[in-house]
Amino acid sequence: MPVLDIRNLTVSIDAKDGASVVRDISITIEPGETVCLVGESGSGKSVSSLATMGLLPKGALKVTKGEILLDGEDMLTLSPAQLRDRRATRMSMIFQEPMTALNPVIKVGEQIAEVLEAHTKLSNAESHAKVMDILGQVGLPDIERIAKSYPHQLSGGQRQRIMIAMALILEPRLLIADEPTTALDVTTQLQILRLIKELQEKHGTAVLFITHDMGVVAEIADRVYVMNRGDMVESGKVMDILAAPKMDYTRRLLSSVPSLVPRPARPAASAKIALQVVELNKVYGGGGFLSKSAGTHAAKAVNFDLKAGRTLGIVGESGSGKSTVARCVMRLIDPSSGGIRVGGQEIADLTPRGLHPFRKRLQMVFQDPYRSLNPRLSIEESIIEGPMNYGMPRAEAVAKADELLELVGMPAGSAKRYPHMFSGGQRQRIAIARALAMEPELLVADEAVSALDVSVQAQVLDLLAEIQERTQIAILFITHDLRVAAQICDEVAVMKRGEVVEYGLTADVLGAPQHDYTKSLLAAAPGRDWDFPNFRPVAA
Amino acid sequence: MPVYFLRRVLAAIPVMLVVAVFVFLLLRLTPGDPAAVLAGDMATPEQLEKIRDSLGLNDPLYVQFFRWMGELLTGDFGTSLISNQPVIDLVADRMWPTIWIALITITLSVIVAVPMGVVAAWKHRSWIDHLVMTFSVLGFSIPVFVIGYLLIKLFALDLGLLPVQGYVAPSEDFPGFAARAVLPALTLASIYIALIARMTRASLLDVLGEDYVRTARAKGLTETRVLFRHALRNAAVPVMTVIGTGFALLISGVVVTESVYNIPGLGRLTVDSIFARDYPVIQALILLTSGIYVLVNLLIDLSYSFLDPRIRY
Repeated sequence: MPVLDIRNLTVSIDAKDGASVVRDISITIEPGETVCLVGESGSGKSVSSLATMGLLPKGALKVTKGEILLDGEDMLTLSPAQLRDRRATRMSMIFQEPMTALNPVIKVGEQIAEVLEAHTKLSNAESHAKVMDILGQVGLPDIERIAKSYPHQLSGGQRQRIMIAMALILEPRLLIADEPTTALDVTTQLQILRLIKELQEKHGTAVLFITHDMGVVAEIADRVYVMNRGDMVESGKVMDILAAPKMDYTRRLLSSVPSLVPRPARPAASAKIALQVVELNKVYGGGGFLSKSAGTHAAKAVNFDLKAGRTLGIVGESGSGKSTVARCVMRLIDPSSGGIRVGGQEIADLTPRGLHPFRKRLQMVFQDPYRSLNPRLSIEESIIEGPMNYGMPRAEAVAKADELLELVGMPAGSAKRYPHMFSGGQRQRIAIARALAMEPELLVADEAVSALDVSVQAQVLDLLAEIQERTQIAILFITHDLRVAAQICDEVAVMKRGEVVEYGLTADVLGAPQHDYTKSLLAAAPGRDWDFPNFRPVAA
Repeated sequence: MPVYFLRRVLAAIPVMLVVAVFVFLLLRLTPGDPAAVLAGDMATPEQLEKIRDSLGLNDPLYVQFFRWMGELLTGDFGTSLISNQPVIDLVADRMWPTIWIALITITLSVIVAVPMGVVAAWKHRSWIDHLVMTFSVLGFSIPVFVIGYLLIKLFALDLGLLPVQGYVAPSEDFPGFAARAVLPALTLASIYIALIARMTRASLLDVLGEDYVRTARAKGLTETRVLFRHALRNAAVPVMTVIGTGFALLISGVVVTESVYNIPGLGRLTVDSIFARDYPVIQALILLTSGIYVLVNLLIDLSYSFLDPRIRY
């Protein structure tokens, strides 16, 4: 008998004649099996898992049809108390954001012990021993100290281990993991994936793994279900899906995954250096009144050049200093020392007034398109604000905005509408149009495609390449995603703890890495052995 | 933490100094003359001049200011121009009624408002939520004195349950004190109950949407445990902030409430001193209230680090 058997599940908006968000899907998971549920945002994959746990947001969504059988028992017919009783004992869930999924004001050891309090009658000593045991099992060091820590005192990877400990302490039959590694760095992700696998084998847990990342799928799945906009597209063994997808949607999804094999650098079209960074240093904090801390060295002696019409990628994990460098280049923060030359002119020590003429030449696109556009301004207002600041007459700026919106592939008539009326991908296009309106020489893209679904990501990357070809703009591309870097960058600088450890042509750095850190990053990239767009293993 | 505490106490000194200068100038620059109040309506200009001289009011402003400052530093708050009593005695006499009313008000507000807010957030969009919100809007928008007179009319005049006004010290006659303190405290509390209940509800609603609340439910915890153990403490910081700023409102509320209920507290003393242009008393009272305000804010800030381990000073 399968551990989980979802039959013809339909979830709708909880209102009269509410539209359905998940339609007639069926999923089965056998004991000890890992099943991946993949899809882009809005596909209904998270909703399906929340429905299984009985955690659909009350008053917003409800199950309107189907059965959810856990070991043959229908979860949908249980009373709230019975359902509570099944949670953590028979089925558990871990979530995407280990930063927010733990209660910030309770020690993590207590948060784990709470599961035991709710479901068992263990004494304090027994409960403590069990908590220590599971903390050891999830591979945490110095467990007595960790148990007494608050979540903010732990790293992202450690917090996710705590979540896993909490979920598995009562050895549930089913573990639902909703994008559990999406917010983590690649090396941490690899560790967490291994940990889940190891514990799964040890306890025979069935795992429903929800992800948008095809690399992770290739890494861990036994079987795969593909969802799109609330419908089940197809399902099958992982190799069948990756090598011979039957449906168009799956084919498109796989084709959009950027390859880890770097593209060759384009021939330099001009020798003009757009940006030169010399011995850049940035130290945060330290030295305040009655303060003891020494400050954090976020960027240490960073050097690089970027020619017009080329793309330089800065890759690294969180805390590597890549965003600090981007912000220094934009002079959003002041560098502690070193030089930033734009078109040969030093801007590192200019006053705000002196910087004014240069602002126009540097523009930035941010990570989160949902927060980087002012929600109270129409698209057009957002785009023309910059050029008008530099003296362009309104009529001319409006005409230019229309032109740019067309360039970035926005439908006609978008100009008068507001950001909330657009999807994430469209908003990122708008953000790009806004940056281009200033006709900059340098575009800084800080994780500009990280928040987007792969298919949208591919479109935005194509758009950037096309614009670059047309305008010879230089792009400084900050990303943690080696796949994206391999496909868009001519050159790459790899950063670790504030230092550039390897810098050169993308084909060299990612194709034949010299530094151990670059090697470990590449080794940790999930699905590195599979060539997704070509539906086959990477040719050795 | 001790370093932070010291730093905050040191930072309070310039604040108090600015308040002192401001109060001093404000009083001297507003029209009105304590000599005229003292001398009465029949005084001749010569008599007035004499009184002014004896009170030191004819000295240049800076001389008066530094004389006052010098006295303050030796712990001398001066003497009332009107009653000739030391200011410190006047304030000490009038302090207790105000302190009692303020303490009862704050305690009552928190005890009533926090559960109200919690229930409203928990039963979001239900009739009970609407009831709490309606009460909040009313409590906030009806002026304190109107609530005071309404309560007197209902409980003292119509039902005859409680005395209309007055004050007895709790050490003399505790039941009498309690009977007379209920209505003033309730009057003053109405606005805080409205404010704190509203803040608790809003803050808790935010927290109930957080990921860790979902995690708590996914662990199979009961709703009450989710609410009280996981949500409430996370919602506490903004509520504490409101209680703290509420203290500023309390000071102005006390003036009106003490007048309505005829309580011999600091609020009445302030009003009387202002009418009499009794400079030393007004100055001392304002310094005292701003001192209390600075202290309360410090305590509130320190409480954050107990409520939320992420906040460390």
